[in-house]
Amino acid sequence: MAKRIDVTDVDIFYGAFHAVADVSMTVEPRTVTAFIGPSGCGKSTLLRTLNRMHEVIPGAHVQGSVELDGTNLYAPGVDPVAVRRVVGMVFQRPNPFPSMSIFDNVASGLRLNGVKNKKVLSEAVERSLVAANLWNEVKDRLGKAGIGLSGGQQQRLCIARAIAVEPQVLLMDEPCSALDPISTLAIEDLIGELKEKYTVVIVTHNMQQAARVSDQTAFFNLAAQGKPGKLIEIGSTEKIFSNPDQKATEDYITGRFG
Amino acid sequence: MSVTETGESEALDPTRSPVAGHKDVSAHTPVPAVNPSPRRGAAPRASDSRSGVKLAKIGRAGDRTFLGVSAGSGALIVLLVVFVGVFLLVLALPSLLDNKANFLTSQEWKVSGSELRFGIAGLLWTTVLSSVVAMAVAVPIAIGVALFITQYAPRRVAGPLAFLVDLLAAVPSVVFGLWGIAVLGPRLVPVSEWLSTHLGFIPLFAPGIRSPGTVFVVAIVLAIMILPIVTAISRDVFMQTPRDHMEAALALGATRWETIRTAVLPYGRSGVISASMLGLGRALGETIAVMIILSKPADNAGFVPSLFAGGETFASKIANNAQEFDTPSKTGAYIASGLVLFIVTFAVNAVARVIAERGHAKS
Ligand SMILES: Nc1ncnc2c1ncn2[C@@H]1O[C@H](COP(=O)(O)OP(=O)(O)OP(=O)(O)O)[C@@H](O)[C@H]1O
Ligand SMILES: [Mg+2]
Repeated sequence: MAKRIDVTDVDIFYGAFHAVADVSMTVEPRTVTAFIGPSGCGKSTLLRTLNRMHEVIPGAHVQGSVELDGTNLYAPGVDPVAVRRVVGMVFQRPNPFPSMSIFDNVASGLRLNGVKNKKVLSEAVERSLVAANLWNEVKDRLGKAGIGLSGGQQQRLCIARAIAVEPQVLLMDEPCSALDPISTLAIEDLIGELKEKYTVVIVTHNMQQAARVSDQTAFFNLAAQGKPGKLIEIGSTEKIFSNPDQKATEDYITGRFG
Repeated sequence: MSVTETGESEALDPTRSPVAGHKDVSAHTPVPAVNPSPRRGAAPRASDSRSGVKLAKIGRAGDRTFLGVSAGSGALIVLLVVFVGVFLLVLALPSLLDNKANFLTSQEWKVSGSELRFGIAGLLWTTVLSSVVAMAVAVPIAIGVALFITQYAPRRVAGPLAFLVDLLAAVPSVVFGLWGIAVLGPRLVPVSEWLSTHLGFIPLFAPGIRSPGTVFVVAIVLAIMILPIVTAISRDVFMQTPRDHMEAALALGATRWETIRTAVLPYGRSGVISASMLGLGRALGETIAVMIILSKPADNAGFVPSLFAGGETFASKIANNAQEFDTPSKTGAYIASGLVLFIVTFAVNAVARVIAERGHAKS
């Protein structure tokens, strides 16, 4: 299922504002890649171009190519809706659908794909909730509202919702930043399990988290406010954290840098 | 702690309630660190040599003033509503007691002469029918327009379109009445005829009068009149759909319509229901346009419950006969019908509240 991502010469804009410049990278299937860097350097922006969510903002556009196993997601004629059905996303703030039950939240993606069969749905819901380490906590109240859960449970619900459709890639934008340490650990463990099946890209401000969960780390930085963010260095997490090529990377990782 | 304890140990215990002696209160309610009532404060004791911390006096004049003003305004509204209700009831009661016909089920209306015979069945039917049909026509259109403005239209189209709809609200109802009877009504006659020939077996669509002064035309005009308010409120609630919800749907690969269905409509549901009820309330009470359009059946004509018949609503009946309010008994009869309109409108608003609340509780 997992797919390889090739980002080539990508420039990202919000209207006239050049937010991210000239990024190229490769993400191997069944790996976890972490994006790190100071606030405003364009990590979320780049992540959102990987499933064409960037362009839902009025005026936002992208140049360059993002290939999923050789298929350019930005080729003319590619439907962004179809892209988002194979590249799932988990947001910084848990965002279950408030009007839906736990079950319906997890089933929502499948229903969008036209799955109606009750049995298929309930099997998929159980499988996804088990995979998201949430099943035991909610199995007796699947009919209750999704927003009645705790923050950490809601985030795992959102992960279950994202993986219920069996995407090829899973994007996570600071999925633990609103969570307590125990929920954070639960989600980190989960990421470790998810990479057996999916290609995972995660944005995080937590160096230890990047070091714990990722195989590959990309460091972004921006020269100055108002200048575009750039990819400074990408490499195996081990190398980036022990012996980076760039001084800026080392400064950032060791905390000598804002 | 006992009731008779000394002030000293009270001041030492920060969890102790300032309401001295009320053991139960102090045991169950978390006590704010700062004494809420400055007059009873422990400030003098705080300067005691053994006590730990000196607490400032916090002024609460603003709170008290605001509480006074807002509670006063609230009470005023309640009083006004009660006052209007009581006023209507007191003036209507004598006529209601003299009434020889059944007030609720009769369609008669004879208020001059020796005997009072009046009932509101016909008025109630025409009022509710025209308003409900108006709502049924207006609400789907309003939702469609609001969705188009907020979700589909490019900004340079959305702005002017929203403005245009708002402009509709500025048209005076007398103009709507004239337009309805002179322009829209005649053009709707063929539609009415087509409907009554094909669906005439249903009493609602039974053939009625050949003029444009039908309940049907009134309903369409009312629909146009309530369209702006329903659209404006729906547009506002749709616009406020949290980005989070919409992005959650989009990221799952929802199309625009699916995003609307999974994120926008559930979020706006209770708002749209409230808006519809507000529109319904306006339609129920609309007077001048209805009065101009609706043709009054002859006094001896039987009551026809069809959309294509003429008739009178509460409001148009009262307005049509305003110059007749010469004796208290006559006036009382009209006021009694006004009271029913008041109650119906009140009930509609109450139902809207309940539905809106329930929508919130669920989400
Ligand atoms: N909707 C938007 N419209 C215009 N500019 C935006 C928008 N979102 C982000 N930007 C700008 O794009 C740049 C990159 O933002 P982005 O959110 O990608 O940063 P980030 O690295 O994710 O930061 P953080 O770590 O704080 O989340 C910033 O300069 C930001 O101001
Ligand atoms: Mg971000």
